[in-house]
Amino acid sequence: MSFVTYTKKGIYCKPGKFYLDPWYPVDYAIISHGHADHARWGNKKYLCHHHSKPILQHRIGSHINVQSLGYNETIVINGVKVTFFPAGHIIGSAQIKLEYKGYVVVFTGDYKTQPDFLTVPFEPVKCHEFITESTFGLPIYKWKSEERLQQELIQWVLENQKKNRTSVFFGYSLGKAQRILKLVEHVAPIFVHNAIHKTNLAINSAGIELPKSELIMADFDKKKVQNKIVVLPPALLGSRMLKRIPNAATAICSGWMQIRGNRRWRGVDAGFVISDHADWDGLLQTIKETEAEKVYVTHGYQAVLSKYLNEKGIYAKELNTLYGEEELSKSEEAIEA
Amino acid sequence: MKLFAEKLQSIEMTNKTNAKIEALVSFFEQASDQDKLWAIALFTGKRPSRPVKTTLLREWCIEVAQIPEWLFLESYGATGDLGETLALVLPPNESQNEKSLHQWLSEIIELKSKPEDEKKDYVLASWNSLDDYQRLLFNKFIGGSFRIGVSKKTLVNALAKYADKDPNQIMHSLVGNWHPKETSFEDLISGAHINYDNSQPYPFCLAYALDKELDELGNPNEWQVEYKWDGIRGLVIKRNNEVFIWSRGEELVTNQFPELVEYFLTFPHDFVIDGEILAVKKEGVLLFNDLQKRLNRKNVSKKMMQEIPVGFFAYDLLEFQGENVTQQSMEERRKKLEVVLENRETDTVRLSEIIEFSEWNALYEIRENARNFNSEGLMLKRKSSVYHVGRKKGDWFKWKVDPLTIDAVMIYAQRGSGRRSSKYTDYTFAVQAEDKLVTIAKAYSGLTDKEITEISRWVTKNEIEKFGPVRTVKPELVFEIAFEGIGFSKRHKSGVALRFPRIKRWRRDKTVKDIDTIESVKALIQN
Repeated sequence: MSFVTYTKKGIYCKPGKFYLDPWYPVDYAIISHGHADHARWGNKKYLCHHHSKPILQHRIGSHINVQSLGYNETIVINGVKVTFFPAGHIIGSAQIKLEYKGYVVVFTGDYKTQPDFLTVPFEPVKCHEFITESTFGLPIYKWKSEERLQQELIQWVLENQKKNRTSVFFGYSLGKAQRILKLVEHVAPIFVHNAIHKTNLAINSAGIELPKSELIMADFDKKKVQNKIVVLPPALLGSRMLKRIPNAATAICSGWMQIRGNRRWRGVDAGFVISDHADWDGLLQTIKETEAEKVYVTHGYQAVLSKYLNEKGIYAKELNTLYGEEELSKSEEAIEA
Repeated sequence: MKLFAEKLQSIEMTNKTNAKIEALVSFFEQASDQDKLWAIALFTGKRPSRPVKTTLLREWCIEVAQIPEWLFLESYGATGDLGETLALVLPPNESQNEKSLHQWLSEIIELKSKPEDEKKDYVLASWNSLDDYQRLLFNKFIGGSFRIGVSKKTLVNALAKYADKDPNQIMHSLVGNWHPKETSFEDLISGAHINYDNSQPYPFCLAYALDKELDELGNPNEWQVEYKWDGIRGLVIKRNNEVFIWSRGEELVTNQFPELVEYFLTFPHDFVIDGEILAVKKEGVLLFNDLQKRLNRKNVSKKMMQEIPVGFFAYDLLEFQGENVTQQSMEERRKKLEVVLENRETDTVRLSEIIEFSEWNALYEIRENARNFNSEGLMLKRKSSVYHVGRKKGDWFKWKVDPLTIDAVMIYAQRGSGRRSSKYTDYTFAVQAEDKLVTIAKAYSGLTDKEITEISRWVTKNEIEKFGPVRTVKPELVFEIAFEGIGFSKRHKSGVALRFPRIKRWRRDKTVKDIDTIESVKALIQN
């Protein structure tokens, strides 16, 4: 790697003296987005997108020292030009472009190339070095359009209502939950768990309007939610709260649901293939569009993707980061994606 | 086909039998009779013979998807299913078609005799007209085995519910000789091709695990004690020169045991006998693992029958010359059973031995020694008991030997298949042999989903080498392995073979220094 190097604490910009999504506490961290495996606790100073700022304050603490930037805005840190570009992953997610002495490095954090109805759409950025994720780096992963997904979800809710069932979606409280809200907006009243509710409030405070939803607590009124829509974080699979929901039909929304074995493993009624990461074609297309000379592949199928790229004549190397780990430890790994 | 795919998807998603039955019934309600017949045929293993080799399917898919072979194999590793990998790797379909299940399968049958280029054109065009899941089904029809979360019993219950018939009769109808091209749905389920009167079974009488002290059972004289065998509980029915064998799963397994059918056909009387189907040779009963090799095969070869001969130990008599004797006492039934088998016992088919004892205390040692000849413990039956329907407390008890256990370290991990393909679920364990580790057992059951998730994550981080789907891992995680028996074995590198090894628990408190040695394991073998 060039002026950006790989260290024990994370990916480090030497001349800029800052880290990108470090996994151990550092003095200065530039954060791609608010998920816990990228935005960690304990850094002295944070820089993130405007929309991620209240999310970080909500998740890490209101006391943190955090500065924010808009998309396509540039600041110079110790001579390194830092610009954010939309990553399309979740609200506030940014690709971080670093330019130093005419050499450009782009770090994606997590990204999704297909537009959804909520996040600012992904923009490919030309660079010399591209540091890409690879969560779904296999050709079996291909996503449907947001319109198709919307049809599927709405149809499922309507079918459930015919059978007098309550539609319960499971999705990670930051990102997936809001995307689900948007997909099923106006179909039926929506109820959300406290973790999602609080995240929504943080997002609202960034000036973003979300579909209407109502908070439900453990002692919710069963009659009120019957036949409606409930969105819960994955940790509540098999919980007492779920058991209290009358006649619940359950669905997991995750890219991992593409595989039959994963759909069946969870014992839910439906598995929708909805991912906030790039699919196989999205990864390849993006890498091509960046025109990067060197590609560094982080968390996911890094061995597969870098081998494939090398065979195609694109220099690529694996980077073993700790991204993707935090979710694992919460045993939500199959759902966050 | 669309309807079939839709219902199958909901069947696959649920682990509730009732929901599966509901989905099947709803399929039967909406499908044409021809489609119903084909669905039943597929669920019962009557798939058309394979018109195209799977290697060709793979080759064509790689060509269409324009990916290197290794990438196809990586994808295969992630799904654990060839038909699914083909379906997902291919580009999205450009057209739709509305062919019925019947039409698809008729075309696939005809495909077999076509030249290869025509086969290829057909397969490629079909792939391009089906969505992911229907493509998966198409691949299964054409290339692989069609095994999708529906047991024969679930299917039978759904059909019985839909057609309002006796499930056992439906079971006999499905097991009977029929082909979807040569029968009608009505004829099939009404059993036009069978005589159900001859096969009608009785429900099994089941035992509870012994949950009290022996002397609380009262006078030993009132009890009949036999060995408990670990084969397949079977009901042999002989009526009007026909023999049927039902298993505990309420399945007709007659065709799997031709030697038993032949043997029972020689009897002059009609009867229904309850007993145990076992792999057994002159020297004694073989392991269940051996019997397993004989099960669920379409055809049983002569060689197989020689290598693993099957026998039958008779426990009880339920019907004699058309008369139901289940309400008579165990003691009377046993006497009649002895008469039926008089002078007809062989090395492999015989009465279950009655253990003579006068004091309860004598049974402890007998039970302990049961393992030596592959019995898994004792059965205690009250002599005055009738043959109950199902499990009823108080009259029949099973008293199993305690499992043996060792501590071993995990050295290999492998992903599960199907539903467990995303996790490392199959592990190989080793014990210490001087300065190295020697493989002792492979086991995959006994852990919770949560533990499996945690171990899978650990495996990803601690893998040393890859051999195909197998990962060599750092010898660090220690598990307590339980098993039912142990013997010397020439086939195993360790020199011993464990019977039914399973994971008893994850010993987080132990390290690789605490595991058993091969000497301490061998010391468990009784002579």
